[in-house]
Amino acid sequence: MTAPKTLYDKIWDAHLVDEAEDGTCLLYIDRHLVHEVTSPQAFEGLRMAGRTVRAPEKTIAVPDHNVPTTADRLDGIKNEESRIQVEALDRNASDFGINYYPVSDIRQGIVHIVGPEQGWTLPGMTVVCGDSHTATHGAFGALAHGIGTSEVEHVLATQTLIQQKSKNMKVEITGQLRPGVTAKDITLSVIGATGTAGGTGHVIEYCGEAIRSLSMEGRMTVCNMAIEGGARAGLIAPDEKTYQYVKGRPHAPKGAQWEAALAWWKTLYSDDDAHWDKVVTIRGEDIAPVVTWGTSPEDVLPIDGVVPAPEDFAGGKVEAAKRALDYMGLTPGTKLSDIAIDTVFIGSCTNGRIEDLRAAAQILKGKKIKEGMRAMVVPGSGLVRAQAEEEGLAQIFIDAGFEWRLAGCSMCLAMNPDQLSPGERCAATSNRNFEGRQGRGGRTHLMSPAMAAAAAVTGHLTDVREMM
Amino acid sequence: MEKFEKLTGVAAPLPMVNVDTDMIIPKQFLKTIKRSGLGVNLFDEMRYDDDGKEKPDFVLNRPAYRNAEILVAGENFGCGSSREHAPWAIKDFGIRCVIAPSFADIFFNNCFKNGILPITLPQSQVDMLMKDAEKGANAKMTVDLEAQTIATSDGEVIAFDVDPFRKHCLLEGLDDIALTLEKGAAIDRFEKTAETRRPWV
Ligand code: SF4
Repeated sequence: MTAPKTLYDKIWDAHLVDEAEDGTCLLYIDRHLVHEVTSPQAFEGLRMAGRTVRAPEKTIAVPDHNVPTTADRLDGIKNEESRIQVEALDRNASDFGINYYPVSDIRQGIVHIVGPEQGWTLPGMTVVCGDSHTATHGAFGALAHGIGTSEVEHVLATQTLIQQKSKNMKVEITGQLRPGVTAKDITLSVIGATGTAGGTGHVIEYCGEAIRSLSMEGRMTVCNMAIEGGARAGLIAPDEKTYQYVKGRPHAPKGAQWEAALAWWKTLYSDDDAHWDKVVTIRGEDIAPVVTWGTSPEDVLPIDGVVPAPEDFAGGKVEAAKRALDYMGLTPGTKLSDIAIDTVFIGSCTNGRIEDLRAAAQILKGKKIKEGMRAMVVPGSGLVRAQAEEEGLAQIFIDAGFEWRLAGCSMCLAMNPDQLSPGERCAATSNRNFEGRQGRGGRTHLMSPAMAAAAAVTGHLTDVREMM
Repeated sequence: MEKFEKLTGVAAPLPMVNVDTDMIIPKQFLKTIKRSGLGVNLFDEMRYDDDGKEKPDFVLNRPAYRNAEILVAGENFGCGSSREHAPWAIKDFGIRCVIAPSFADIFFNNCFKNGILPITLPQSQVDMLMKDAEKGANAKMTVDLEAQTIATSDGEVIAFDVDPFRKHCLLEGLDDIALTLEKGAAIDRFEKTAETRRPWV
């Protein structure tokens, strides 16, 4: 009898190439995703050393961080440094023969949306990318995490990564979610409960009835933010929904290979008596639609709450809360639903998938955004965009007064032209509300797509349940 | 990584203490997409005036030292930030060996990762090498890593210390990646087995 294992243990063991006496392991990497910002020096390093990409067929690149999301981007990127980085990726992809989706390709989009969409991400794989939100791919029961530029080079050259094993953490969401509560509310609530360091040193496996009930899109939203909870990666065991999502995608296995893959995937779950270093349990019924009020993803409160006071906290968080309230321009005691919003951003690798656009469109149907409001929808990929147009969602957004953009990271981070101005307050479906994340001095409130749509209509943070 | 075995070349004297990484490569050059190409901006502010014209007095602008491959400098060389752009710029210029009485720790480590040999010697010996370097282009030095010696243009030989593991890596041209590549057989074996177990990957 072998010892009981967690899902993480099983994937780890299946990818172990070598283990040194000091516990340093060499882990095999099945999929390496690449974008334009963290890769140029890595490719340059390969060239200088006269090395090649060991497994170009397992390497997939797409530009996303720097690309503008307006239609004129095909005429060339105006910002020179951005343009150079994107052109460098064009060249590196062609020189090294890796799979590539250039800006002009309809399949282009945010790397973490493109990977699963094209069937590159499969259960039981190891997936890395020079980007912290690689955790997204854990939704398929893949071990997926972000790496630095020297590690990007290491993976390009060797298809392996030098690693130490993490601990096992279980986050169980029991029961069912109440109406108006989404995957985003789950993931934000978990971070609110455990803190941004709660998962440090661990790989989280999300489980429980509420997680099982989520679609693949929802599961990706949950795993996407595992990193905000400090975890190295987030995982969800694959099931029928996973197989259904994967089946038929361009790079998914077919025929006899599909059957073989399926047989192995079905062994990918944590054994009943597996050991957990940490366990967190949250009742699905207790989760409300939430928003963030501060400048850390752990600054989460139910929408019917009020802005907290620094005295509500203890230790170093008192000073942090003071600073956050000052930066956010908020007064303790203010009802969260009284906070007026200037801008709404729907998109990012957290909430830029078709289901997210459907949820927002459902709220917006037949309505108009508040006068003077700036609102934009940025689909996570060109294919999500096309599908949303086909389903009539694009027209709902446009009729409501939203800008309908091309795919990219957009206003999730301030590296392309989509940015907040100082003091501008934004309801965002992305994942980070750090100071300056969406633009210098910009103020970010994180929430679900439906909540962001509701805020666009009323002009202030709004409990979406009142509009359902 | 490029191997470092034996190097015979011109040594440039830079008798300054506390040469920091901002002097080596100012921050406006960190936006690059490259590790290479930084050589033209090595010591940018000391090397060029405000109009971008070369300052003729700066050592690397003097005809004798334009192709220097060794740098002899004062104590605490490479202090400041951790930017790997500093050794990248030095290497790109063509310098493969820096000799000084002491180095900043991170810079020292970064050198080894990039095929540059930093040598620490007592002040008196550095002074002697500095004098030799000041003779100009005809006075070539030889640095022999295997033997751990530096021979001056007059044939005088000085011994130096180097960590055995780092010496091994430099001699063999090994970096993290190269070390992993040494396990190439294990990776090959893994891929072979994986091909039968998980052929769809
Ligand atoms: S959408 Fe945001 S979080 Fe996701 S990859 Fe792009 S910048 Fe990173």
